[in-house]
Amino acid sequence: MGNVNITKNIQLNNILPLRLENINYSIGKRQLLKNISCQFDKGKRYCVIGPNGAGKTMLLRLCHGLIKPDSGKLTWQNNHKNHLIKYQAMVFQRPVMLRRNSWDNINYALSVKNIPRQQRKSLIEQVLTITGLLDQAKQPARQLSLGQQQRLAIARALAIQPQILFMDEPTASLDPPATYQIEQLINQISNDGVTIIMTTHDLGQAKRIGEEILFMFRGRIKEQANSEEFFKNPQNDLAKAFINGDLLWWKRRPDGDNVQIKYKPITINKTNI
Amino acid sequence: MNIISISSILAIFKLTILIWSGMSFAEPVKFITIASTTSTQNSGFFDYILPIYHKKNGIDIHVVAVGTGAAINLAKNGDADILLVHHKASEIDFITEGFGIKRFDLMYNDFIIIGHKDDPANIKNSHDITDVFKKIANGKHIFISRGDNSGTYKKEIELWQIANIDPSFNNPKWYQATGSGMGASINIATSMNGYILSDRATWLSFANKGDLTILYAGDRRLFNQYGIILVNKDKHPHIKSIAGQDFIDWLLSADGQNSIAAFKLNDQQLFYPNGKKQAKL
Amino acid sequence: MDDIFQAVNMAFVLFLQLDADLFEIMILSLKVSLSALFIATRIAMPIGSAVAVYRFSGRKAVMISLNILMGLPPVVVGLFVYLMLSRNGPFGVFGLLFTPTAMIIAQVILITPIIAALTRQVTEELYNEYDEQLISLGASQFRRFTAVLFDARYKLLTAILAGFGRASAEVGAVMIVGGNIDHVTRVMTTSIAMEASKGELATAIGLGLILITMAAIINLLIYFIGDMAQKYGNI
Repeated sequence: MGNVNITKNIQLNNILPLRLENINYSIGKRQLLKNISCQFDKGKRYCVIGPNGAGKTMLLRLCHGLIKPDSGKLTWQNNHKNHLIKYQAMVFQRPVMLRRNSWDNINYALSVKNIPRQQRKSLIEQVLTITGLLDQAKQPARQLSLGQQQRLAIARALAIQPQILFMDEPTASLDPPATYQIEQLINQISNDGVTIIMTTHDLGQAKRIGEEILFMFRGRIKEQANSEEFFKNPQNDLAKAFINGDLLWWKRRPDGDNVQIKYKPITINKTNI
Repeated sequence: MNIISISSILAIFKLTILIWSGMSFAEPVKFITIASTTSTQNSGFFDYILPIYHKKNGIDIHVVAVGTGAAINLAKNGDADILLVHHKASEIDFITEGFGIKRFDLMYNDFIIIGHKDDPANIKNSHDITDVFKKIANGKHIFISRGDNSGTYKKEIELWQIANIDPSFNNPKWYQATGSGMGASINIATSMNGYILSDRATWLSFANKGDLTILYAGDRRLFNQYGIILVNKDKHPHIKSIAGQDFIDWLLSADGQNSIAAFKLNDQQLFYPNGKKQAKL
Repeated sequence: MDDIFQAVNMAFVLFLQLDADLFEIMILSLKVSLSALFIATRIAMPIGSAVAVYRFSGRKAVMISLNILMGLPPVVVGLFVYLMLSRNGPFGVFGLLFTPTAMIIAQVILITPIIAALTRQVTEELYNEYDEQLISLGASQFRRFTAVLFDARYKLLTAILAGFGRASAEVGAVMIVGGNIDHVTRVMTTSIAMEASKGELATAIGLGLILITMAAIINLLIYFIGDMAQKYGNI
């Protein structure tokens, strides 16, 4: 991509690492994030994995600033800066495009960031080329295929030259060829120095892309480790079961005499299916 | 918030412009307003007589035609300069209450009873109007009443009283109150083939007569007098009394009275002038 | 059946003669309703979209009020405006009663709620869809607002057309505050009412057909413009 711009941006206003300390978040009575503490360093690719309802999406939205924690601390580097969201970008599970053509969608993002008009043309052309959407520049964005729209969302995110890119299950609704294209893009972006935090259902994807894995379960981070270590030798029982694909069969039950309730595998027999 | 404030300011600005343009009407006397009745207007009277006056004096006359009661209200509120209706008792009240100073007789015609040409109640051969009403009530023939505040309705009620009948007692099915204008009521009478009291001018100029025709006329008590009153400037200083009085004077003059007499529809005269410059109370 | 045939016939006859009086009435009808539409839109759209986007206490109450106001009978609005503009009333000094201005004021009151309510609905749908993404892009409240309005512009057209429909079809308000004065405040709807009261049913229906045609043309025109803009402008 040859983005001299991005590197300069990062150096001047670097906002990473991001530190979370004892973050809690609830909606009504349900606590969705429990005592989250972790750190995200500059330039890495993080994959947050876990079953549905683990809180992966909530974690991303919280880091991005879309929701505020009930308690705990969230600290960026250079925290005193205004409007930290301008150094970040997020790609949602389903792309949200304005009812305009591809070009204008990206143009809108750039105008919001007050990027001068002269610079916009080359930026938009660059990101459209990278994501392979140059031919679709004048097409209504909502008429593109889902995969194309997701790439457009990534193009839009790139155009604003973020330091950190959040991605919430970006390929969940895409077919394998589209998924492949997106994964290539992600690697490319990461190589240019952008920090990536991504959630995924797909263990294979986590293995392919993640440098560091966070495993979440019921609102907590159960394990955070380097990808290789995590997949070879998971420490946490639940993580182990998840990797094996057994986690579905784990149910809450009291641990014998121990009052503490733990998750344990149950035996599958005809009576309890 | 920007869009809201800008748009509201623009809208208020436009409204102000419109109001200012509306205000310019109010300054030099370009027109006067008459509150009159729909029956008078629908007969075509104003369409005929106003151009004649306009040729002489160049002042526009705006006629607001509503029910008699509404017309009186408009005049009381000062929303009209002149009141021209046909219910003497109400007009006298108007003067007594101080809303007008002088009342003038202008012209007259009569009320008539209209009904289906087959005349099931046989009111064609009646001694007088009370006989007519008795026949209709006793035979329970459909009768359409105005049921509003109009001169016609007030006349109708007077006539029922003279005949000693209360037509609305027990809400009988044959007595239908429309609460509408003369024309609308005649439309209903046409479709229901009912009897109805109407002023002659409206009936002669009415286009939807259906199978109805004039069945009874001529009783003295069916006399329909039109009166004209200038609204009292003391009550409403903005009243265009000079222009208004000029119009009234012209109507009462030989010229005006002759013009009224000359107004014919299908060779039938609709209004008989009986105006005198002398105020008649 | 005969009446209806007569009426259609009458409509053609009236129109082909293009009587100067009829023309004057048609033009005045358009002037009044379009002016009211113009003003009402400027008031209603900001209100409707603001209610859609901003969360404030009493928001539900405003939404319900808008819905209730949509159902205001035109006659009632006419009476209210009459009381305001009557010489006896608070704004009588402006001398606005029985002028086209009064008719415009009444119609603005009549159609603002429906335009506002429809604007709110359209805006809210789009806003809910866009909001999070636009926040993520760093757009200010104002910019999110304008993006939604811009993208909803064709749906908002429907709201505007609904307002126009209500204005051009109503007779109760304009009759009371306008007075149906010949050459001054006589519009299509009041003419129709008057012809009916004269028993001239065919003429009344004929005028009605002409009125419907006028409204249809306006609708088509506005729609056509929107469609053209969509095809040849940006999407």
